[in-house]
Amino acid sequence: MAKELLKGNEAIAEAAIRAGLEAYFGYPITPQTEVLEWMSRRMPELGRVFVQAESEVAAINMVYGAACTGARVMSTSSSPGVSLMMEGLSYIAGTEVPMVLVNVMRGGPGLGNIAPSQGDYNQAVHGGGHGDYHPIVLAPSSVQEAIDLVVLSFDLAEKYRTICMIVADGNIGQMMEPAELPEMRPVKRREWDWAVTGAEGRERRILTSIYIDPYDEEVTNLRLLKRWREIQKNEVRYKEYYLDDAEFVIIGFGTAGRVALSAVRAARAQGLKVGLLRPITLSPFPYQVVDELSRRVQAFLVVEMNSGQMLDDVLRAVQGRVPVEFYGRLGGVVPFPDEIADEIRRITSEKLTVTADPREAWYERLSARVN
Amino acid sequence: MVTIAKPENLVYQRPESLTEFPTHYCPGCTHGVAHRLIAEVLDEMGIREKTIGVAPVGCSVFAYNYFNCDFVEAAHGRAPAMATGIKRVLPDRVVFTYQGDGDLASIGMAEIVHAAGRGENITVIFINNAIYGMTGGQMAPTTLPGQKTTSSPNGRDVETQGYPIRMAEILAQLDGAGYVVRRSLHNPANIRKAKKAIRLAFETQVRGLGFSLVELLSTCPTNWGINPADALKWVEEHMVPVFPLGDYKVAEAVAQIKV
Amino acid sequence: MQKEIIIAGFGGQGVLFAGQVLAYAAMDSGKEVTWIPSYGPEMRGGTANCTVVIADEEIGSPLVRRPPAAIVLNLPSFDKYEPLIQPGGVLVVNSSMVDRPAQRDDITTIFIPANEMAEEIGDRRLLNMVAVGALLAMLPELTMEQVKAALKAHLPQRHQHLLKNNFEALDRGFEYARKALAQMPA
Repeated sequence: MAKELLKGNEAIAEAAIRAGLEAYFGYPITPQTEVLEWMSRRMPELGRVFVQAESEVAAINMVYGAACTGARVMSTSSSPGVSLMMEGLSYIAGTEVPMVLVNVMRGGPGLGNIAPSQGDYNQAVHGGGHGDYHPIVLAPSSVQEAIDLVVLSFDLAEKYRTICMIVADGNIGQMMEPAELPEMRPVKRREWDWAVTGAEGRERRILTSIYIDPYDEEVTNLRLLKRWREIQKNEVRYKEYYLDDAEFVIIGFGTAGRVALSAVRAARAQGLKVGLLRPITLSPFPYQVVDELSRRVQAFLVVEMNSGQMLDDVLRAVQGRVPVEFYGRLGGVVPFPDEIADEIRRITSEKLTVTADPREAWYERLSARVN
Repeated sequence: MVTIAKPENLVYQRPESLTEFPTHYCPGCTHGVAHRLIAEVLDEMGIREKTIGVAPVGCSVFAYNYFNCDFVEAAHGRAPAMATGIKRVLPDRVVFTYQGDGDLASIGMAEIVHAAGRGENITVIFINNAIYGMTGGQMAPTTLPGQKTTSSPNGRDVETQGYPIRMAEILAQLDGAGYVVRRSLHNPANIRKAKKAIRLAFETQVRGLGFSLVELLSTCPTNWGINPADALKWVEEHMVPVFPLGDYKVAEAVAQIKV
Repeated sequence: MQKEIIIAGFGGQGVLFAGQVLAYAAMDSGKEVTWIPSYGPEMRGGTANCTVVIADEEIGSPLVRRPPAAIVLNLPSFDKYEPLIQPGGVLVVNSSMVDRPAQRDDITTIFIPANEMAEEIGDRRLLNMVAVGALLAMLPELTMEQVKAALKAHLPQRHQHLLKNNFEALDRGFEYARKALAQMPA
């Protein structure tokens, strides 16, 4: 199919529809509302399910119910709404039913604002709902990648009976770029051996997240962990830019990653051997490639639109082999390429040392810039 | 000699829609009666194999162990949302929730009101026993004025703890509701009426006539601190005056249903 | 090649659509492009802007602090973006809504009475296309033909009858800028 100029939010919605989405439940919240609006028009015209729920709490529980039938189902929201969904996500994780959730992140905490942010990294990757579970978390940096990852997310969610989250931000949701949508896949509900569909001619099935005996719950947690280990082994994804001869490596995901790309190009134009690693799966995180890079490069610079949440995962992989520096903007501020270019100039010219927490020095630098 | 094990002599057997799993309910609790009534209705309508139940959080959290049909377990208060998701994807199945007063009228108030408002074609069995059972007898949104609970030890003070919420009356106001009634399980005559109402509620759903809810006044001898016989009397003497029995919404098309 | 363009003005001046026309033209001529709007409360009655980036390769940042080209359709946008244009850059100013002269002499600034020129064509809403036409006189990355073809290809069917006036607005804007440029000292 030919490329069209597509808005991120609408592309996410249409990609899900073409990937065989059967049911969508959501609630309006900026900057993801265009997804809901697109679904409200397209899903009924295709004879599929659309419900505008009374809250994100209800939306995620509608998703939970629909997922229990084995249908392809998704919801989308933005940071405050996703916080409300955390209860439901934990239940969905504990019940081992597949679903896709898109978080078009905005500035926080609290009501915050509607500007692009990456403040929910830890919530998505390391936290969120209660209990011991790991969702798959994918981070697109362009409209085309958002489309591709939406399609992939359903396959991954079903393959591993897990939650697959896509964390975009307001930039990706609101931006238009030329992109190609997939062909419309026919809706084909699989005959899952776990789905509740009415016990016609078979034993009844129960889908629950209760395991009242801790030993049963432990077995369940172990089953989740086994699946997670498979995911860690099979599903790590990232994109490399100019890494072959890089002496300095920038690491950034989503919008921060693509902003960093501009700065890396500018640095290359000045002859600096700088490359970019852009994680696409934030969970599972590409620890191994960072580990390998840390054995041959001089330093890393982590760039995020938060106060250093992914940074901890990078530090875990680097294990103090080389200095790791950090640059972040907060609260919905998107860094411009020149800020990151300044940081590149700094790390390639200063003598860096391995510090326990790169945030200390960054905090001083950012405070000086902002105040 | 009379042989009682002849079909014509049989007066009682386990409905197919109940499992053989012994319930965990306290002696004298009316959950068991409510379960049986639902199971009998599923049997009589021949819909067991197309029914999906949604269990709540509360004493009936394990309801899925006792019904011989597909079941899911919802988060506290979210059963109507979960039922909505199931029913929208599988509109030809029969979907019901089974919820207590804390689940439905407190933490799940938004979900139940909006499910009714949307006219979700689901059936809700609402067990109102005026108390939180599973957590050990705290005040519920349906606790009576003056009623002592572990979180209203001096009796519910309406000045600071508000008034009981009458869900059937509230939900009956919504155009999406096809059938909303209140019955009681405190004696055989009322149990028979309750069963008929449950039947009508499921018939409402099967015919696509909108949201249906049967509120059942129920006992909790353990947390009320009285014996089962007195608990039944307490329902009649104290709950029925506050929660009057009756039909609060019977849509015209539902009124035509003959069962 | 990479060129960033900011278009800014009041909500209702066709700021976002003007950017989309450039984005379509870039896409249809095989270039990489991003279009990103300001969004949120300021959409309602306040200022609106969008950034278009046109490039030969995968685009990094869709936002730039200092664009080489901009169209400003009102005074607040003129005040905001004039200082930010890269030296040697180009700026189209809607002089119908601006009452002060340029303050920069290291960029090329074209003042164009876009409101009045649009009204002459018979539709004030065309002011954005007048300004786009003027920018095209200074934007080697896109040709007038590409922009017209993009308008024709992507204007919804129900708006196709407006094509003729849109083309005229583009042409008038282009011609005005071309003449203004010719009169400027080299």
